[in-house]
Amino acid sequence: MAHMNMVQALNSAMDIMLERDPRVVVFGEDVGYFGGVFRVTDGLQRKHGEHRVLDTPIAEGGIVAAAIGMGVNGLKPVAEIQFADYIYPAFDQVVSELARLRYRTAGEFSAAVTIRTPCGGGIRGGQTHSQSPEGIFTHVCGIKVVMPSNPYDAKGLLISSIEDEDPVVFFEPKRIYNGPFDGDPHKPAIPWSSHPSGAVPEGYYTVPIGRAEIVRPGKDVTVLAYGTMVHVAEAAVRLAGVDAEIVDVRTLAPLDVDTLCTSVCKTGRCVVVHEATRFSGYGAELVATVQEECFWHLEAPIQRVTGWDTPYPHAFEWEYFPGPARIAAALKSVMEAA
Amino acid sequence: MTQRSRLHIPYPPARPGDKPDFSYVQISPAGAVDRPETRAPVRDIENLAGQMVRVLDEDAKAVGPWNPHLEPQDLQVGLRYMLLTRLFDDRMQRMQRQGRMSFYMKSTGEEAVSIAAGMALLPTDMLFPSYRTQGLHVARGHSLVELMCQCLSNTRDMCKGRQMPVMYHWASGNIFSISGNLATQFPQAVGWAMASAIKGEDRIAASWIGEGSSAEADFHHALTFAAVYRAPVILNVVNNQWAISTFQGFAGGELQTFAKRGPGYGMPGIRVDGNDFLAVYAVTQWAAERARQSGGPTLIEHVTYRAAAHSTSDDPSRYRPKEEWQAWPLGDPIVRLKQHLIAVGEWSEERHSALEKELEAHVTACWKEAASYGTLTEGPTLDPATMFDDVYKELPPHLARQRAELLALSGLQPARDSAEEHALDRQTRAVAKEG
Repeated sequence: MAHMNMVQALNSAMDIMLERDPRVVVFGEDVGYFGGVFRVTDGLQRKHGEHRVLDTPIAEGGIVAAAIGMGVNGLKPVAEIQFADYIYPAFDQVVSELARLRYRTAGEFSAAVTIRTPCGGGIRGGQTHSQSPEGIFTHVCGIKVVMPSNPYDAKGLLISSIEDEDPVVFFEPKRIYNGPFDGDPHKPAIPWSSHPSGAVPEGYYTVPIGRAEIVRPGKDVTVLAYGTMVHVAEAAVRLAGVDAEIVDVRTLAPLDVDTLCTSVCKTGRCVVVHEATRFSGYGAELVATVQEECFWHLEAPIQRVTGWDTPYPHAFEWEYFPGPARIAAALKSVMEAA
Repeated sequence: MTQRSRLHIPYPPARPGDKPDFSYVQISPAGAVDRPETRAPVRDIENLAGQMVRVLDEDAKAVGPWNPHLEPQDLQVGLRYMLLTRLFDDRMQRMQRQGRMSFYMKSTGEEAVSIAAGMALLPTDMLFPSYRTQGLHVARGHSLVELMCQCLSNTRDMCKGRQMPVMYHWASGNIFSISGNLATQFPQAVGWAMASAIKGEDRIAASWIGEGSSAEADFHHALTFAAVYRAPVILNVVNNQWAISTFQGFAGGELQTFAKRGPGYGMPGIRVDGNDFLAVYAVTQWAAERARQSGGPTLIEHVTYRAAAHSTSDDPSRYRPKEEWQAWPLGDPIVRLKQHLIAVGEWSEERHSALEKELEAHVTACWKEAASYGTLTEGPTLDPATMFDDVYKELPPHLARQRAELLALSGLQPARDSAEEHALDRQTRAVAKEG
């Protein structure tokens, strides 16, 4: 078993799939020769050639459209959008085309495209390099939406996404590319090598799409989180001193309702955490689902801890970020209720 | 005196009540434009983007270097397909007016654009059509019954009732699906062509959009990607002068031809008489040969005229003179090819009338068959439960539950659906765990 950070794990997933499946192609802005601004595709063009790993023009709409055309022609494109914040020029191609091609042609045409894109804040990226737009995409039927929280899952889920016959938008929480971040920017960075999920097999394996994972079993309250916030939630649970069960949602769509709701039915309390803004955010879907499925087991109102409903500010990043203190306060509040 | 900036608001040469005026359409004499080698560098052939490639002259003779020298039988096939497309369009329009389908879009006056290109390309080439290129399906021999069933959203609808009329597709005929969002297919065609080159195949792609939707960002993406990677693709702009109510000046056609955008991106641009079957055939053949030789993409502007309304929901008498189609200087593509065939002794008025009768009868027979599979007003109808299929490859649990809910509402299944049982199971499990 090797130790990998998330960048290396994602790189390994693409390397393996380029090797295993001649249909796989990888492309995006600065992805080829340079290896990506976050180095996720480092060395892949040298190893697999310029026809398999390509640089593209700076045109996200063109990148996704080209990926769709390639998918229709039998390739399995893995397209990188350099920041999730840049994905909007491709929005029509994702929503109106990629997501609905199979449907509108009654299965005659489809494009098995994977769109990888780094998301989330905590890197002083301001309002155009920090967004978490996952909720915009989970609202679209026809695409799957994935966000891993550690290197092991990142590699296994990316391989599953590339192999999936449906389009997948694969969000990479960039704050945890190099190590699990517990929400305190003043602490020294922890590398993935010190974390159990930093142990990643060198070879091929998959983590299934559509399955959540209980990352910390507990009996008092269920925390539903994904991406960076899984680690922040762990810190918050320690801070609050409660025996919380933390569920890493991992696949946002289709949602593993069973794992989530079995946990909430067991604990009777629930806190939903995400970095994205609150209003109409993905958390609202989680809360609604829990309410529908677990109402008679709930002991307290479900709470959401999210980014504020403002653009992601550059100077006030840590006041914006839903850190451990806010999550801990929510945990205490649901424990005290009723 | 103070200088102030003012906007230029493009205004068409004629609105309702005005005399039609097509003096803005620059027309080269037939045979006047040189035909370069297909490997010619872009900088040497920029003239093709400003002039107009034409083959049929005023006497209906084929002249000049672009004459593709087709056999009379091929021209007769072209004429047949164009006529069939027009009769099909007319019938579908009438059926929409009778309320038997929701919507239709005719391609009247533009038939040569699709039919000639469809015949000039190989059957293995992949076509990414627009909504007004139904002639591509006709040229490739797609059954009219199938096309009609799509328009009717009936039990044989290839789209299973999920798309508006005319949004056809045909995987086995290598014709891609039509989207209602304009121009999206243009860069997709480029991606398809890139894949063909990545795989080392010699199949090429071709796509069509209207001059109006060339204003979309997707047009720019398509030309950029096609030029950068020299993708084997033909990008066609069908300049039919009107985008619903806005004339071609609103897409930037007042100061520059659409073809000239090609050289701006580094690819040849060819402006062609889109109502000249032979000219459309010839430029498509030229661009296809160039693409197959790794010479990269070509942008073709087809100068034509949208003789009918934009769609059955549109009334063009509100925004353009009624007599424009009669005044259109490039004529009617069907009449022009017919006159050419007559001029070379390979056709006659009698044969033409007989062909019309034959095709009219064929369209009638197809309509009868298609309508027997259901119309808007008469069954049989599709099973609504199929609406949950094909969202994903496999039906995910949440859609299975929603389908069960729909079926329960329709009284097709017991009211207690799987969702309810699912929740009960979970509660039983939770209680068991607590115990």
